[in-house]
Amino acid sequence: MFRNVAELVELAESKQKKISTLMIEQEMEVTGKSREEIIRQMGVNLDVMEQAVEKGLQGVRSVSGLTGGDAVLLQNYIKSGNSLSGELLLDAVSKAVATNEVNAAMGTICATPTAGSAGVVPGTLFALQNKLKPNREQKIEFLFTAGAFGFVVANNASISGAAGGCQAEVGSASGMAAAAIVEMAGGTPAQSAEAMAITLKNMLGLVCDPVAGLVEVPCVKRNAMGAANAMVAADMALAGITSRIPCDEVIDAMYKIGQTMPSALRETAQGGLAATPTGRELEAKIFGLPLNKK
Amino acid sequence: MKFRSVFDIIGPVMIGPSSSHTAGAARIGRVARNLFDREPKWAHISFYGSFAKTYKGHGTDVAIVGGLLDFDTFDERIKESLEIARKKKIKITFREEEAVPEHPNTAKITVGDDDGELELVGISIGGGKIEIVELNGFKLRLSGHNPAILVVHDDRFGAIANVSNILAKHQINIGQMEVSRKEKGQMALMTIEVDQNLEDHVIAEITALPNITQVARIVD
Repeated sequence: MFRNVAELVELAESKQKKISTLMIEQEMEVTGKSREEIIRQMGVNLDVMEQAVEKGLQGVRSVSGLTGGDAVLLQNYIKSGNSLSGELLLDAVSKAVATNEVNAAMGTICATPTAGSAGVVPGTLFALQNKLKPNREQKIEFLFTAGAFGFVVANNASISGAAGGCQAEVGSASGMAAAAIVEMAGGTPAQSAEAMAITLKNMLGLVCDPVAGLVEVPCVKRNAMGAANAMVAADMALAGITSRIPCDEVIDAMYKIGQTMPSALRETAQGGLAATPTGRELEAKIFGLPLNKK
Repeated sequence: MKFRSVFDIIGPVMIGPSSSHTAGAARIGRVARNLFDREPKWAHISFYGSFAKTYKGHGTDVAIVGGLLDFDTFDERIKESLEIARKKKIKITFREEEAVPEHPNTAKITVGDDDGELELVGISIGGGKIEIVELNGFKLRLSGHNPAILVVHDDRFGAIANVSNILAKHQINIGQMEVSRKEKGQMALMTIEVDQNLEDHVIAEITALPNITQVARIVD
């Protein structure tokens, strides 16, 4: 069993195995389930993710009216051929947005690692489809690799916005995605760890401050930028760039930052963007009364 | 290690918008339903911390009631659970508590009908994963590191041995076990931490034993 990223990379290198393989083997050991059953179960999650992206790309709107339709705007913009940051990157961003718009509309999604951060991993995965041409098995492997890194974060820091802020949710999701992108693109386990470290470092301190307490503003756009962050960090790691601070120490820093983060900035809708004049105004419009004045 | 399975990280499949505040809440509600073993006539639900501040926005209220109606995290009926409960004439009340809980996502549920009541306190620790920390005033001292079941039983000789025999038969190792009771010969509680997740047929086998009132997974 691996407890941290260093052990995970060491295991992968010494046994000459992919991180996704190690994650599957550990799952078999912990649950006593067969390899086929575990892969089948992940396949179900993959299908849910694909359906959520498709639904979001057709355009959805949340009950509050705060979010929806941005994935469609982005897809139309990509088709115009005028995008500045590149089609693949924006495709990842639009698919991450699509997933979170479906989530906000109380649609069916797969938490990766949470619902509020469910867009980043599938967004990047499905955007890579044309470039890397993964088969179904490789897409499932992508999810196991992302899961392995998320597993380490969940056990050594947190994946809960209420406990650790948005860095624990979209931050974790982005790091997980970056690591999985590297593996799918043919990078080494050590490069996956570097990509995770580079991503997380740029998410440290991110607070959880949802307007009106809804998983919409700023969550949907945080998933967008999380997907972009993951793609760029993966490219940096694949280029041979390393993080001066080792991945496990970045995760530990994230945990400590979460612990010292005030409660107003940990999913209570009391601070940050939730407490801005416009945030309060939207809250009053949706619920009649601001949450803090009831 | 609080998280043991990759499906705690990639999963669950669920109705949005929040894994901790929606899916986790539905799971806490469902444990209450499973332990009560029938549809309650009424439910009092108290929210603490982040749950108290944001439950409306996250649908924590509809999710927890969905759980009480025995809906899973991905059941689309969760969205209409308050309406469904109203049609079934289940009386539901919500309270936003000011007290600062140990964990920011804490809910206390009391359910009941003419035949009895049950109270539990659950926490949602992220990604849809939950722990039950209190049941009918019994503090559950779980490490949270392993899967755990709760066995409500009559305080009679042999009850504990019967349960451990079934676990032994299925080669399931007990990591930690605690037995508590309110009064001699009355309702008692076994809290058992095991090394693997228990499959449904094992739970069913334990439930069928004499003197066993109820079995529920509280950490999985």
